Amino acid sequence: MTGGANTAALPRTRSARGLVDLVFRARELSLVIALAALVGVTAAANPNFLSGQGIEDILLNTAILALLAVGQSMVVITRNLDLSVGSVVGLVAFVTGDMLASGWGVVPGVALGVAVGAACGLLNGLLVSLCRVPALVVTLGTLYVIQGVCHYIAHGRQINAADLPPGLLALGNGAVLGVPYLPLITLAFMLAIGYYLRAYPSGREFYAIGSSPEAARLAGVPVRRRVLVAYLVSGCLAGLAGVLWLARFGTVIADSANGWELLVISAVVVGGVAITGGVGSVYGAALGALLLTTIGSALVVLRVNPFWQQAITGALLLLAISVDRVLALRVARLLRRRSRHG
Amino acid sequence: MGRVLRWDVLVGALLVAVFAGGSLATPGFATVSNLSFALGDLGEIALIALAMTLLVVAAEVDLSVASVLGLSSALVGALWDAGLAIETIVPLVVLVGAACGLVNGLLVTRLGLPSLAVTIGTLALYRGLAYVVLGDKAVAQFPPQYTALAVDDVPGTFVPYPVALFVLLAVITGVALHATGFGRSLYAIGAQEQAAFFAGIRVKRIKLLLFVLSGTVAAFAGVVFTLRYGSARADNGLGIELAVIAAVLLGGVDFDGGKGTLGGVIAGVLLIGLLRNLLMLNDVSTEIQSVVTGLLLIVSVLTPRLLALVRSRRPVLKGSS
Amino acid sequence: MRSMRLAALTALLALGVTACGGTTKSDVTSATPQAPASSAAAKADPNAPLKPGIKLAFLPKQINNPYETIVDKAGIEAAQEFQGEAKEVGPSDASASSQISYINTLTQQGHDAILIAANDANAVCGPLQQARAKGIKIVSYDSDAAPECRDIFINQASSEEVGRSQVQLLAEMVGHKGEIAILSATANATNQNTWIEFMKDELTKPEYKDMKLVKVAYGDDDDQKSFTETQGLLQAYPDLKGIISPTTVGVSAAARYISGSKYKGEVVLTGLGTPNQMRQFVKDSTVEKFALWNPKDLGYLASYAAAALVSGQITGAEGETFKAGKLGERTIGADGEIILGPPFTFDKTNIDEFDF
Repeated sequence: MTGGANTAALPRTRSARGLVDLVFRARELSLVIALAALVGVTAAANPNFLSGQGIEDILLNTAILALLAVGQSMVVITRNLDLSVGSVVGLVAFVTGDMLASGWGVVPGVALGVAVGAACGLLNGLLVSLCRVPALVVTLGTLYVIQGVCHYIAHGRQINAADLPPGLLALGNGAVLGVPYLPLITLAFMLAIGYYLRAYPSGREFYAIGSSPEAARLAGVPVRRRVLVAYLVSGCLAGLAGVLWLARFGTVIADSANGWELLVISAVVVGGVAITGGVGSVYGAALGALLLTTIGSALVVLRVNPFWQQAITGALLLLAISVDRVLALRVARLLRRRSRHG
Repeated sequence: MGRVLRWDVLVGALLVAVFAGGSLATPGFATVSNLSFALGDLGEIALIALAMTLLVVAAEVDLSVASVLGLSSALVGALWDAGLAIETIVPLVVLVGAACGLVNGLLVTRLGLPSLAVTIGTLALYRGLAYVVLGDKAVAQFPPQYTALAVDDVPGTFVPYPVALFVLLAVITGVALHATGFGRSLYAIGAQEQAAFFAGIRVKRIKLLLFVLSGTVAAFAGVVFTLRYGSARADNGLGIELAVIAAVLLGGVDFDGGKGTLGGVIAGVLLIGLLRNLLMLNDVSTEIQSVVTGLLLIVSVLTPRLLALVRSRRPVLKGSS
Repeated sequence: MRSMRLAALTALLALGVTACGGTTKSDVTSATPQAPASSAAAKADPNAPLKPGIKLAFLPKQINNPYETIVDKAGIEAAQEFQGEAKEVGPSDASASSQISYINTLTQQGHDAILIAANDANAVCGPLQQARAKGIKIVSYDSDAAPECRDIFINQASSEEVGRSQVQLLAEMVGHKGEIAILSATANATNQNTWIEFMKDELTKPEYKDMKLVKVAYGDDDDQKSFTETQGLLQAYPDLKGIISPTTVGVSAAARYISGSKYKGEVVLTGLGTPNQMRQFVKDSTVEKFALWNPKDLGYLASYAAAALVSGQITGAEGETFKAGKLGERTIGADGEIILGPPFTFDKTNIDEFDF
């Protein structure tokens, strides 16, 4: 993967960059094709799958996972990892719910949720970037700590939908022109972050860091600050996801999104973001989330034993990284041949 | 000062402190029955941690261990339900575990994929297969003579059989890691894979072996787990990969490879287990236990780095003392 | 470790040659079951006073389950009535194995009785036996442990009555015809499965000949999973007329999905839920009726039963009686079961009278 990754960040020639872009856009294309095939087969078996309600359900189910995947992919692109996202969602959903139930307005509530998420992200980011502690270990630690804090606050209590302001619940279940709000929010964040990463020089630096932190540092990239920002964004989005979780499900106990960290990372990796950093896009990550969710729904609709879902997710992830690897090797070989000719 | 401030020594000292403090302040802690149970409760995590130490020293990781444990447990249940004898089932599921490890190892060594990504994938895959094998069923009613093996103490001691097995394997692993060329080659691979390769170490083959070992041990731990609880389920051991990794890192094994000792890991496993036991005996709630585990983990990676920082800033004269 | 693998391989080969010896399941099941520990040898003295200072510990399925919290709190309050001490401890996840270390700790701490809602009837058995060997009384509530491992089981309602009444409730609302489905908790949950058996049995009666049970789905007592399972059910079975969800988590998640979807008013939902969780959905007409016992009474009764056991008023044998505070005199039924009472049906007219 390193061969393709380096070139993506520091393009040698225009044609090489075009080729690399093509290959990785082909990845997003192949996701879309897989998705289309899946939906086609399922809809053929049960037309209800493509009913308005069916599509709405899938979009709603995807929205939160995709939002987390977008944040996570920013971190993964810098060759780091954020395992604490599931715990952050749980904490934010509960704390925000608690405050809203005690009479806070929707706007301060949402702000609080995002702020809590940002604080968690900042903590992770500081530990990883300033103290240079391995990301996996730090975020595993904060996963436990945040989860513990959340359970401590909740203490077996539950937030009921009836206690929440109707405005928030409308956010989770309402729609504009037939399209629910949740996926629109996710879409907006995905496009904004995707555009930033692609079009801004500072955005490209995230890829440079992931390809080779050492090289990026030598090239004058503020590595620590960018990594910190990546965690901050991931934390904020996890906080927002927590608020949306509350809005969507209404009833929350302490363990919302428990264990989702691996699901999010699966979505990111299936979406073509290399776990070794430097490669991939937030669009791919969001598509990965959409694919995983659709598989889950399709299995139920096709009346396949739901126990297969997890195994299929795992197999798909392995397939995705293997294909990526093989492709990257091919591209690297092609590039080498071209540069020899050029 | 280098030797005194080594992290694994610190963990060992902390362990002694926790034990001493617990014995003095908490009634019921330093009793034979409690310690025997607390040790038995650590059995599977400790077993898996042995193989995981070797992997992490070689700068790889296996997140799929808990899923292999679950798959093994589910298979034990399904095969027992199908009327096979335990004596047949055990070697079969251990072989399946070895195969699981082989898949991990091949993907990592042949395709050159990062082990983190591969084993996150197989974590989902193997756990999924466990559910496919046994669904949501629970199989119980194992014969007492076998379940006793996983619970009872070795006659005349307060050491449960799984712990005795662990001690035996720990000695073998310790010798292999710290006193053989094989062990040295693991550190070489972890520190600088390419250099190790050029030095003639068969990096790929060794890594493959480590993954197979990890799968095998995890499957065996699945058998122990199933018999200890007398209940085979697909969700057995869900999430203990994190506990295993926490113990290994707490024991001072560097996640980037090339550093750490088995003694440190064993101290790490015991520290997490005894601390948990102590907290529970003092009615400290689950949530605080989870916070303590998390903080320990962060401190365990943070401290050595801060120490190194302090050391590098000290004047040379003091630093050499 | 290499030697271990070698040993495993040789063992396998050896087995191949000797064509399978050893103990199999059939050997075990054909053997006579073990007699339960004979703690019942002690004589019950119905007139013995409740001992003061009894130490009780509640061990719920999971510490963060709001329903279990209500039950345990009521039990802890009840203990104060007879000058006892009670506390609640438990794991943060509802897995089979996580309760085990708590049982051991409670044994070490020397409580008089452990009250447990078992996550896995068999997995908790060994440790519970060890606790009993030290003279600790075991009361299971909500979800039973294997009968030989506990002294008594406080059943929230007769399983038969719960199962049959749920079907009757639904049948009445769907007009005795159409496809129906069940949304359960985990497929392992003893109580759920017993109820579902009685539901299926009730459905074989002639008055339900036009009703068809198409699917039993499992939401694992996880809010979000139950929510998406409901979506799946409604999509996979477009002609579905009714859903029974005999678990508080499942029924509120299902109600929430239905209330925000096009299925509202078309699909009838009932089950076992708490009034606080269901209030909103009863008021917006997503759910017409649902049932439950009073979880506070469940904890209260469990507490008193444990005290009676510890004080020697009862031993767990069928036919013994004891006084359970405000709930009056209770009798132990077959298999050491004490039944709390019939389930209560909630609807628009009475739901506001309850707060739990």
